[in-house]
Amino acid sequence: MAAKYDLNDDSVVVIIGSGAGGGTLANELAQKGIKVVVLEAGKRHEIGDFTNNEWDSFTQLAWSDMRTTSGSWRVHRDFPNLPAWIVKAVGGSTVHWAGASLRLQEHEFKVRSVYGTIPGTNLLDWPLSLRELEPYYAKAEDKLGVTRTNGIPGLPGNNNFKVLAAGATKVGYKGVHTGRMAINSQPRDGRGSCQQIGFCFQGCLSGAKWSTLYTEIPKGEQTGKLEIRPESHAAQIEHDAAGKVTGVVYFDTEGKRQRQKARAICVAGNSIETPRLLLLSQSSKFANGLANSSGQVGRNYMRHMTGSVYAVFDRPVRMWRGTTMAGIVTDEAAHDPKRGFVGGYEMETLSLGLPFMAAFLNPGAWGREFTSALDSYENMAGMWLVGEDMPQENNRITLDLSAKDKWGLPVASVHYDDHANDRAMRDHAHKAGGAIYQAVGATRVFPTPPYPSTHNLGTCRMSENPRDGVCNKFGQTHDVKNLFISDGSQFTTGGAENPTLTIVTLAIRQAEYIADQMSKNSI
Amino acid sequence: MMDQYRGDALDRRRFLTGVGSAALIISGAAVIHTDEAWGLEVKNLTPETMRTLIKMARDIYPHDRVADRFYAVAMKSYDVKSGTDPQTKTMVEQGVARLDELARKQHGVAYVDVGWESDRVALLRQMEGEPFFQSVRSGLVVSLYNQKEVWPIFGYEGESASRGGYIHRGFDDIAWL
Repeated sequence: MAAKYDLNDDSVVVIIGSGAGGGTLANELAQKGIKVVVLEAGKRHEIGDFTNNEWDSFTQLAWSDMRTTSGSWRVHRDFPNLPAWIVKAVGGSTVHWAGASLRLQEHEFKVRSVYGTIPGTNLLDWPLSLRELEPYYAKAEDKLGVTRTNGIPGLPGNNNFKVLAAGATKVGYKGVHTGRMAINSQPRDGRGSCQQIGFCFQGCLSGAKWSTLYTEIPKGEQTGKLEIRPESHAAQIEHDAAGKVTGVVYFDTEGKRQRQKARAICVAGNSIETPRLLLLSQSSKFANGLANSSGQVGRNYMRHMTGSVYAVFDRPVRMWRGTTMAGIVTDEAAHDPKRGFVGGYEMETLSLGLPFMAAFLNPGAWGREFTSALDSYENMAGMWLVGEDMPQENNRITLDLSAKDKWGLPVASVHYDDHANDRAMRDHAHKAGGAIYQAVGATRVFPTPPYPSTHNLGTCRMSENPRDGVCNKFGQTHDVKNLFISDGSQFTTGGAENPTLTIVTLAIRQAEYIADQMSKNSI
Repeated sequence: MMDQYRGDALDRRRFLTGVGSAALIISGAAVIHTDEAWGLEVKNLTPETMRTLIKMARDIYPHDRVADRFYAVAMKSYDVKSGTDPQTKTMVEQGVARLDELARKQHGVAYVDVGWESDRVALLRQMEGEPFFQSVRSGLVVSLYNQKEVWPIFGYEGESASRGGYIHRGFDDIAWL
């Protein structure tokens, strides 16, 4: 029932990437009768292919194509060629995400107005308000089956959550619950309910967690309008003399160069590959990269203020049992500059298996100070802190001309430095997390540095004025009318919330806009 | 310790090789563990080199409840790789030689015979920034902690989907809060 389009069919919409943005957009357009080709660099797995083994799963799913890094962030020191932990497969990072589905807060759409000028930052208001997005957020929550919306009960609390909740309540926090999660707490939408398997990051073997791989994509294929081409790596976007994009050059499953013509192109390769592709598509007309008259393509890279807190108790917790992230404390997400920084952060339960704990608890550390922590693994509880990091123009993706990938293309290089606001927020969050665990008897608390980034945002941001960003409020690039940004690269700022729900929301709205523009022959 | 007695020759050799390496001895092309009763044959490195690697591995990531055999399994790949990659063989042999040189200068004996862990760790710190140390350390993160047989020692239960997840197996059974 899936479609199959000719390479020379220039009436199709080509979407690059099949994750939260690309996969959702593909289905939404197909449901409206629009012909869609999705080029996905990764393989297509089935649910049964997933494995409950952290390193095997990493090998199976993670984007491990060469990347380089620079900057003062610790990821550059500890993981110089792994700036991000994201997925290379049909479904994109929705295959391995934890399912946390939060709306951005109202003030987070207008941080330049609310926070003011913060030296060293490139803060900007979104050209969108929460009110405009609300109907689409509602559609997204229904699509994903987010718990605590649409009459869906919250997930039950696992051991890790119980420790968090007991400590948070004792400290005086009020916003404590098992989260708004895109994980079925009861059967819904043809998928079963959560079995508390505890390997959410390795692909959900029960299908209870939403992923475009087994929801949007098969639904889109059933319309007969959607064709997914896995193992198809986009290398360049071409345009005509008038400056309209005309097609995508890509390497197919056999490594052969192909060209798919297009009526419109939507780039959803996540926030490192999307700007990379635009930069690789430079031409005499677009000397700084496609759609880059602003110079902002690749810039304002955000990865959220993140960090973790793990705590050891004198009795077992067994935090690995059950959902990885169904637990949250929301109180610190508000903007409260009295704490010494702008913006806020969420506190969410997190667990790693023993193999990953050894790798990420304190990268590079060795000796008894480190091993005594792992000796208490069974008695550990853990949380992840995710907060708003400051957009800085020099945090950016560029092409590394000295490093080429297997196709001979310059790889992406990621530069990042923490802003003082990020450091102040992280220090506060580490202390607050530690206080939660100490309130219920933690004997030892570990502040853990950020992992390779799972949230990657802002590198082709929305802006009101074309000089400040790359695309408009619909993700349509300022420079090229039939070229769209369809992933988290669009985010003008990051907010304190996990981004997937907002990415899906923007895709639903963008599909409406694209269909409308096509019906008027504006595209 | 009395029931580990296996004869005069073994006993004498144990005292000759020193307290630090009491359990790991060399016999032919193998490292033998007299207490845990296993042997690891090497093809491309000398058994003395492998014994040093095993000792080094435990000193880098010491877990008192984890038997030597897990560290040996973790280091075995260096012997394998030394057979196909001359650069690895050189790095390991030169690294071990340098470690022994430091040990002899500061303690008068080879690394494996330096009696106190804290003294051996101090020697390792002197090589901490070097490629050999970093290779062993970073390799251990996976080669030690990704052994399935090691996991139960830490209480980690591993794979769960085939057992129906944890929904009926204690996902929320914490009782002491």
